[in-house]
Amino acid sequence: MNFKVKKIVPQLITLALVFLIFGFFTFNAQVNMDNRGIEFGYGFLTQESSFDVQFSLIEYDGSHSYARAYLVGLLNTLLVAFIGIIISTIIGVIIGIARLSPNYLIERSAAFYVEFFRNIPLLLQIFFWYFAALRALPLPQDADSIFGVSYLTIKGFFVPRFVWENLDIFFYSIIAAIISIVVIKNYARKLQENKGKQLPVFSISAGLLIILPLLTFLIGGVSLDFEVPVIKQLSTTSFIYEGGLGIPPELIALTLALALYTATFIAECVRAGIQGISKGQKEAAASIGLTPNQVLKLVIMPQALRIIIPPTTNQYLNLTKNSSLAAAIAYPDLVLVFAGTALMQTGRAIEIVSITMFTYLSISLSISLLMNWYNKKIAIKEK
Amino acid sequence: MFKYIKQLTSFVAMVAVLFAFSTEAMAKKSKTLKNTQKKGFVRCGVSQGLPGFSNADASGNWTGVDVDVCRAVAAATLGDANKVKFTPLSAKERFTALTSGEIDILSRNTTWTLSRDADIGLTFVGVNFYDGQGFMVRKDSGITSTSQFKDGISACTNIGTTTELNMRDFFTSRGISYEPVAFEKADEVVAAYDAGRCDTYTTDKSGLAAQRTKMSNPDDHIVLPETISKEPLGPVVRQGDAVWEDIVRWSLNVMIEAEEYGITSSNADSMKTSDNPAIKRLVGAEGELGAAFGLDNEWSLRIIKQVGNYGESYKRNIADTGILPDRGPNQLWTKGGILYVPPAR
Repeated sequence: MNFKVKKIVPQLITLALVFLIFGFFTFNAQVNMDNRGIEFGYGFLTQESSFDVQFSLIEYDGSHSYARAYLVGLLNTLLVAFIGIIISTIIGVIIGIARLSPNYLIERSAAFYVEFFRNIPLLLQIFFWYFAALRALPLPQDADSIFGVSYLTIKGFFVPRFVWENLDIFFYSIIAAIISIVVIKNYARKLQENKGKQLPVFSISAGLLIILPLLTFLIGGVSLDFEVPVIKQLSTTSFIYEGGLGIPPELIALTLALALYTATFIAECVRAGIQGISKGQKEAAASIGLTPNQVLKLVIMPQALRIIIPPTTNQYLNLTKNSSLAAAIAYPDLVLVFAGTALMQTGRAIEIVSITMFTYLSISLSISLLMNWYNKKIAIKEK
Repeated sequence: MFKYIKQLTSFVAMVAVLFAFSTEAMAKKSKTLKNTQKKGFVRCGVSQGLPGFSNADASGNWTGVDVDVCRAVAAATLGDANKVKFTPLSAKERFTALTSGEIDILSRNTTWTLSRDADIGLTFVGVNFYDGQGFMVRKDSGITSTSQFKDGISACTNIGTTTELNMRDFFTSRGISYEPVAFEKADEVVAAYDAGRCDTYTTDKSGLAAQRTKMSNPDDHIVLPETISKEPLGPVVRQGDAVWEDIVRWSLNVMIEAEEYGITSSNADSMKTSDNPAIKRLVGAEGELGAAFGLDNEWSLRIIKQVGNYGESYKRNIADTGILPDRGPNQLWTKGGILYVPPAR
C-alpha cells in the first residue's frame, strides 16, 4: 500500500504541474488578448483571402477563402517533401553504396560529396541554388531549347504539358495492372513453396504494366497530346514562355537544396546499414550457391534495411520540416502562404500558428507511422 | 487624550490628501509611459533597412523619418532623443511584436487600414508619410506606363503587406494574368528583381525610390508614374493605453505643427519670447499642454530642439539623400500639400 502511494503521488504531482503550467499560459494569453481587444476564433478561415499565390496545385485565386489558401500551402509543402524524399533517397542510396566501393576514386568522390554538403548550413545552400545558380540561368529569350521543347530560364523551367483525353481510363488500367501483379506474385510464391517451381514474375509484371495501359490507347479511346511552350514578348526586353508547364525556379532550387543536403545523411544511414551486416552472412549465403545478386537481394538487404529504416525516417522528417525554409526564396509553402501572408492579413497569430504547428505535427507523425509500419513488416519475425 | 485625537485626524487627513494626489497622478500616467521611464528607453520597432525611413549605418546609428518619430517620443518622455532601443522587424513580425509587448511603438512604414486598426489590437495614431503603391521596371524594357503590362508578367514583392492585396486588385480589375513572387525580406525581393526573375517590382513608391538606390545600377530602372493605391504610413501603438497613444500622436503632430509655425531646432529657444501664443504654447512658454499626458511643460520644446520639425526631418532623411527630393503630398496644407494636423492647444 505504502509502496503504491509512493509510486503514484510523484506522478500525480508532475501531472498537476504540467496542467498548471499549460493552464497558466492559456489564461495569460486570454487575459492579454482581452486587454488588447483581440478576439479568438477560427471564423476568419471562411473569409475571402484576397491575395494570389504564385504556384498552386489546385485552383486558387484571391476570391477563395483562407481555408483554401491553407490547402494550397499545405499541398505545396507536401509536393516539395514528396519530390525531395524520392530524390534524396535515390541519391542517398547510390552515394551510400558508392562509399563502400572498392574503387578508390568512386569511394573518395562519394565521401567528398557527403562531407561537403552536410557541413554547409541548409539555408545557405538554398540561397546558393536560388540566387547564385538562378543568376547564371539565361533570360527566356536567350535560352537554348532542350530537345526543341523545353527551356531552362531564369523565370523557370518550361516543359511540354500533357494533354490527356479519357485520362481516367488510363488510370484504371494502371490500377488493374498493379492488382494483377500482386495476385500473380502471391500465386508465384505459393507455387514455389508448394511445388518448387519458379515463375518469371519480373517479366510478367513488366509486361502487364506496359501492355495494359497501351491497350487503352488502342481501344480505350485514350489519347495523349503535347502542348509545347511558346515564347511570348511582354515588352522590348522581357519575354515569357506560354503554354506548356512552367516549373517555378523557387521549387527547383528548394527541392534541389533539400534533396542534396538530406541525401548525405541518408547515404550515411545506408553505409552504416550495409556495414552492420557481418561478413559471415555474405560468405554463408555464397557457400549455399546463391548468386551475388541473390546474396544482396535475399540476404544482405533484408537485414541491412532493419538498420537503415529508423534513422532514415528521421531524415525524411527533417526534410519535411526543413522545407519551411521555403519562405526565404518565395516558394509558396505552408509557412509562406498561411503562417506568412494569411497571418499578416488577418493578424490572427495564435490561431494560425497553432494550426500550422498542428499541421506539421500531423505530417511528421504520418510519415513516422508509415515508416514504423514498414519497419515492422521487415523486422525479424520470431517464431 | 484630546491632543492625540487631533494629531491622529491631521495625520489621517494628510494621508488622505497624499493618497488622493497620488491616485490622480496615477490616472494621468499611462502604464507604458511608466514602464518606459523605468527602463530609461523607448522600445521602437522599425524596418530591416529602408533608406529614408529607417536605416542603420555601419556603426548602428538609425536614421529616417520613421526613426525620428520614436526619437521625438523619447525626447518628450525621457528628455533625450537618443534613448531609443530599435528593433528591426520584418513585415510579418511587426504586429505580433507590438501586440505581444516586445515594442511600444511600431514606426515602420506601415499602412493604416480599417482591418488593421479595428481587428488586431492595434491603434494607428497618425500619418507621417502619404504614399501610394507603384511599379518599377527596367528602363530598357520600353515600358513607360502600367497600361503596357501584358498577360504573363511576373511581379516581385514582399509578403505580409497591403502590396500583395493591391497588386491583386490592380491586375484582376484589368484582367491581366500575372505571377506574384513574394519574398519575406525586402533585400531578397530586390536581389530577385535585379537578377531578372521578375519583370516588375511593386511596393510603396517611397520604398521603390529607396530600394532603387540599392540596385547594382540604379539608373537602369524607372518607377512608373501610376499610383495604384492610397498608402498612408504612420506610427502604431498597442490598443488599450489611451495616454500613450496620445503621447505618440502628439509627438508627431508637434513636429508637423512646428514646421507650420516656422519653429526649427535652431530657433526653438528664441521662439519662447514670440508674440504668437500658438508658438509660445508649442515651445512650452505658455499653457500646460504636457500635464495632460503626465509630462512636464517642455516636452514639445525638447522634440523640436533635439529632433527638429517635420520639414527638417524630411529634408535630412528623404530629400537630401536623393530618394524623393519633391515632397509631393507630404507638403504642409498651407503650401499645397495634405499635411494637416489638429491644433496643439
